[in-house]
Amino acid sequence: MELEPVIGLEVHAQLLTSSKIFCACSTAFGASPNHHTCPICLGMPGVLPVLNRRVVEYALRMAIATNCVINRKNYFARKNYFYPDLPKGYQISQYASPLAEHGYVEIETEGGKKKIGITRIHMEEDAGKLIHDETNPMSYVDFNRTGVPLIEIVSEPDIRSAEEAVQYLRTLRDILVYLEICDGNMEEGSFRCDANISLRPRGQKEFGTRTELKNMNSFRHVQRALEYEIKRQMFIIESGGEVVQETRLWDESQGVTYAMRGKEEAHDYRYFPDPDLVAVFIDENWIAQVRSTLPELPGAKKQRFMEEYGLSTYDAGVLTSDRFLAEYFEKCAQKCQQPKSAANWIMGDLLKLVNEDKRTIKECPVTPEHLAEIINLISEGTISGKIGKEILEEAYSTGEAPRAIVEKKGLVQITDERFIAEVIERVIAHHPEQVAQYRAGKEKVFGFFVGQVMKETQGKANPKLVNDLLREKLKN
Amino acid sequence: MKITKNEVLYVAHLARLELTDEEVDRFTLQLNDILLYMEKLNSVDTSEIEPMSHAITLNNAFREDVVLPSISPELALANAPEAQGDFFRVPKVIE
Amino acid sequence: MELCEYTAHELSKKLRKKEVSAKEVLDSVFRRIEKVEGKVHAYISLMRETAYEQANEADLRLSKGESTELTGIPIALKDICCTKGFPTTCGSRILERFIPPYDATVIEKLRAAGAIFVGKANMDEFAMGSSTETSYFGITANPWNLERIPGGSSGGSAAAVAAHECIGAIGSDTGGSIRQPAALCGVVGLKPTYGRVSRFGLIAFASSLDQIGPITKDVEDCAIFMNHLAGYDPRESTSVPEPVPDYRDFLNREIKGWTVGVPKEYFIEGIDPEVEEIVRRAISTLEGVGARIEEISLPHTPFCVATYYIIAPAEASSNLARYDGVKYGYRSPDGRDLLEMYRKTRAQGFGDEVKRRIIIGTYVLSAGYYEAYYKKASQVRALIRRDFDLAFEKCDVILTPTTPTAAFKLGEKREDPIQMYLSDIFTISANLAGIPGIAVPGGFTKEGLPVGIQFLGNHFQEGKLLQIAHAFEREARIEKRRPDL
Repeated sequence: MELEPVIGLEVHAQLLTSSKIFCACSTAFGASPNHHTCPICLGMPGVLPVLNRRVVEYALRMAIATNCVINRKNYFARKNYFYPDLPKGYQISQYASPLAEHGYVEIETEGGKKKIGITRIHMEEDAGKLIHDETNPMSYVDFNRTGVPLIEIVSEPDIRSAEEAVQYLRTLRDILVYLEICDGNMEEGSFRCDANISLRPRGQKEFGTRTELKNMNSFRHVQRALEYEIKRQMFIIESGGEVVQETRLWDESQGVTYAMRGKEEAHDYRYFPDPDLVAVFIDENWIAQVRSTLPELPGAKKQRFMEEYGLSTYDAGVLTSDRFLAEYFEKCAQKCQQPKSAANWIMGDLLKLVNEDKRTIKECPVTPEHLAEIINLISEGTISGKIGKEILEEAYSTGEAPRAIVEKKGLVQITDERFIAEVIERVIAHHPEQVAQYRAGKEKVFGFFVGQVMKETQGKANPKLVNDLLREKLKN
Repeated sequence: MKITKNEVLYVAHLARLELTDEEVDRFTLQLNDILLYMEKLNSVDTSEIEPMSHAITLNNAFREDVVLPSISPELALANAPEAQGDFFRVPKVIE
Repeated sequence: MELCEYTAHELSKKLRKKEVSAKEVLDSVFRRIEKVEGKVHAYISLMRETAYEQANEADLRLSKGESTELTGIPIALKDICCTKGFPTTCGSRILERFIPPYDATVIEKLRAAGAIFVGKANMDEFAMGSSTETSYFGITANPWNLERIPGGSSGGSAAAVAAHECIGAIGSDTGGSIRQPAALCGVVGLKPTYGRVSRFGLIAFASSLDQIGPITKDVEDCAIFMNHLAGYDPRESTSVPEPVPDYRDFLNREIKGWTVGVPKEYFIEGIDPEVEEIVRRAISTLEGVGARIEEISLPHTPFCVATYYIIAPAEASSNLARYDGVKYGYRSPDGRDLLEMYRKTRAQGFGDEVKRRIIIGTYVLSAGYYEAYYKKASQVRALIRRDFDLAFEKCDVILTPTTPTAAFKLGEKREDPIQMYLSDIFTISANLAGIPGIAVPGGFTKEGLPVGIQFLGNHFQEGKLLQIAHAFEREARIEKRRPDL
């Protein structure tokens, strides 16, 4: 009996609004404890929530980008439970009537494109943070995060492997970042994921008993936790046991999932419509207006890059993984009219410089126009590729225009055949031993001669000319 | 019986209320009376009726996404039964 | 006559004419409090110090001619309204030491108008009760008969007005908590349309039903208070951006030709014959000034109490979850771990009636019962509202008794929740439908207990209610009596 994993993911994404969802406190990460609080997010008696309009707009962007059906009239509900990080004793969320339902995203799998269904997207408020004391029987509560807006994106159980799960998460995160509504930072918790996973015999329709996995703080965690859990459940089923429905936590250091301590309480959240908030009514105009502001999404952009610029799947994937990288590429490619060179330069030398510097492409001092200039200088034969790299580094540290650097440093390529031939003759005359080796069939020595010629010309000799002339001279 | 002692205990636990034995007995009896009284609603035909959760019909009450100053942590913590530094302090959660 | 016995509009004239100062009025109120508060116990706490500061400011404003009709008027605040820097208990041990760092919107408005805050009035714990007997801070007596309840939950506010321990008061009404005590104490009480007066800073009992309103000595004062309380508040999502008229414009107008609906379902078994007689008398008074009386039907009236006692506790069970000993208020010292702290804090912090309602409310929302109770009640609520919509197609206002009986004895219904709940039977429907209602004195029983007449109006028709209440007050010429204290 072959077992197949069935996985559904619940993703929580913090929205990049300036203020909280129901009060005017800042959402900025990293403030001192309880410095971003007010009577409303502290749940003091008598205070009331008023919805931040931008939360709806951002949530709508995601709903439209993931092909959801928008509920014209949707409501907030209270989810009632007690926990010290939940100041009102209930979380304001959406339940019976979420913002959006029935959407999907497309992911890349080994077997090609696959649609993963999105059950629902709803808006809600985040809870605070509870810090446990290691030495005393005490916990400490910080309400700064309380009321930071979240959207919860619930997938259909359409995912069949750990790889697909990660692919789906990356796709969601890329979309959120493209839409500029979430920074997608898993370590800081602005993009969080829980997973439901069960196994069933391939071909069977009914689901097996599932477990819920929590505490996965990176894509790697998600991948490893799911792989572990698939093996664990498989072992249980194959040895005739039964999977217990429970919540399990991922322990990254041990590489295992473990059941949450103690007896798990049956959840009875007593959802009911929040009487302090009114319905959110979204008309066609609002949807149309949000739709008109959506950028081209990563999937569509990748497809276009392959078709329009003739890029490989891999290159198009890398270049569209970041909206600003994609923009950089397009500007550069349009300016130099050599998209493949532009892709190579950006993915190679340029990103290396940027990454070493711990910057983002947005902060890169070399403009796409300048990179295009370097590419053109090379293709028109003014400089060699090697000099091109030097100029790129120079431009990166000074911000100067490439042509200006070439002129200032006299880096124009030497294409004078007579001059190069003279240099070659000098090199051959000085290294009779190597000449003998080459002529005896040791091809490798050829590189040595190229190196010597380049050294003599400070790298300015046209490499193709050097190659051709060297071969000719060494033959005799 | 509309509601049993065990149900009263379950609901009291959901509501984080510790009840004495006397309270459990008394509330069970009173709740039974109250729930019996509420049975009269079953005689109303509501099959076509949308539930009404607000006394008035309003949509879209929004605020703009503007940050205003928070209150000071001193004021936030002024009413706290227990605080430590800028944190509220609570007995440890035992799961 | 002592200054404390005047109405706000009378005092306002005297203050503006400089016949008296705000300080003198306040002195008179505090003298009265010293004399009668020991018997009535209308207040949880007095704000003497800040009241005199406010009186000084009021006198300054009056001298500059920058006053409103409430400038210098001493008022009582139900202790459910948050007052910045001053303890606000909601009648509960669980908030015994809570000091809000904010004012309720109505408190801000009253401060701006120059009103003087005498103290925080007693109330049923979290406004859950009809007799002010569930307060953690002791019971309040009815000034007309100290053996009797003042009504509730705004019993302290109504008793303070009736006993002249203030000139007017602020109450809140979730199922009759302004109108019922106003009626039982022989004063005027108005529950505005849901969304008319801001709930921001009003400690929530049942958010879809709660509304703040005035309790005053006469209808004219009620109109003055409404001018200062009503209005849109961007801090409340359910606040309605409807323009506010000058409610005084509705005073001294005729009601000739109006249709007054009298719902037959409100004259039920259990209504006290004396109460019924006073209501019948009120009907003829109105006929006497040209109103047309029409019997109407509000067929879902028999379901109001059951509907209310599902919806209100459901919302309350959630609203009161925040009292958990973490951020403010009482925390039990006996909790060794979090769960125990929660359970003991709430067991020790809440009184009997609050616990009972939290349990009912939690039950009707819990898995398996939501549909049968909460959802069903929300549907019946829609039918109750529809009853009123249809009725107001035919009549201008509706007239009913405010309560089935005059004030009952202290302790009489304390152990019988359903009998207690049924005392709200005539007032609950207005909260469920979100419509305004006013209680005005209709006369006295043979025992000398006040009885109230209730007028109900369509949404945002507070003006009409004041108009007919004022006309009735004028024409009925109810004998002026003073409670014997």
